[in-house]
Amino acid sequence: MKAYLTRRYMFSASHRLHSDAMTAEENRATYGKCNNPHGHGHNYALEVTVSGPVDEPTGMVCNLTDLDGFVQREILERFDQQNLNVLPDFAASVPTTENLCIVIYDILQRGFRYAHLEKVRFEETMMNSFEYSGDGPLCK
Amino acid sequence: MVYLTRKAEFSASHYYHNPEFSAEENQRIFGKCNNPNGHGHNYTLEVTVKGEVNPRSGFVVDLKQLKDILHREVLDAMDHRFLNKEVPEFLTRIPTTENLAIAIWQRLAPKLKAAQLHRVRVYETPDLFVDFYGEA
Repeated sequence: MKAYLTRRYMFSASHRLHSDAMTAEENRATYGKCNNPHGHGHNYALEVTVSGPVDEPTGMVCNLTDLDGFVQREILERFDQQNLNVLPDFAASVPTTENLCIVIYDILQRGFRYAHLEKVRFEETMMNSFEYSGDGPLCK
Repeated sequence: MVYLTRKAEFSASHYYHNPEFSAEENQRIFGKCNNPNGHGHNYTLEVTVKGEVNPRSGFVVDLKQLKDILHREVLDAMDHRFLNKEVPEFLTRIPTTENLAIAIWQRLAPKLKAAQLHRVRVYETPDLFVDFYGEA
């Protein structure tokens, strides 16, 4: 039977929303306080949802240690306590939480082999959240 | 179609062990969860039902009836229990969060009359939850 497993992780990072394609005025008008040249930070909550048939011998969609190990190695160690703007992942895009969703989704999609990736969900603050599930519509 | 979610909490203990695995395999696959004396969680259960709004009552489902079913079918059987030893489903299945969500679905689905069960979500901890939609 198919089940969906969601695991929540936390990391902290700084960013500045600024597009080289815009003038200084446009950047300020578009990004407001987020365009402050020195940047600012968030405690991001990342939720990763994977799905698959529940394996009968183990009762699991996937072993949590495999998911935790992958996220720790490929995501938390690379993004936690970092300035997102200087990471290669954002060399050509603005580190909005929308783009962060896509970057993290792509890392999981490329490398995580133990279950099907359904979606990633980010809470940038308690007041806003973002979800991405590739090109298709969101899962349930 | 309107969706209604009711939340409940229960506390239970469990451990993960497959008698067909060797002791080493059990330890490697299940880690600390394989401790035979068990360990416990405060589970949060979210049950979502869906249906058309009844024009007379304005309800998708009578919340009191839903609450009673939840108590009778799930909480009375699982709250403050050792899942492996006291809940029949888990005499033969490992009480992972996945199997817990499936077992709760199977207990509730046949008992709901007016509304249709949409989703069972079980939080093992605030950082880990499983959704089951009755999919094969």
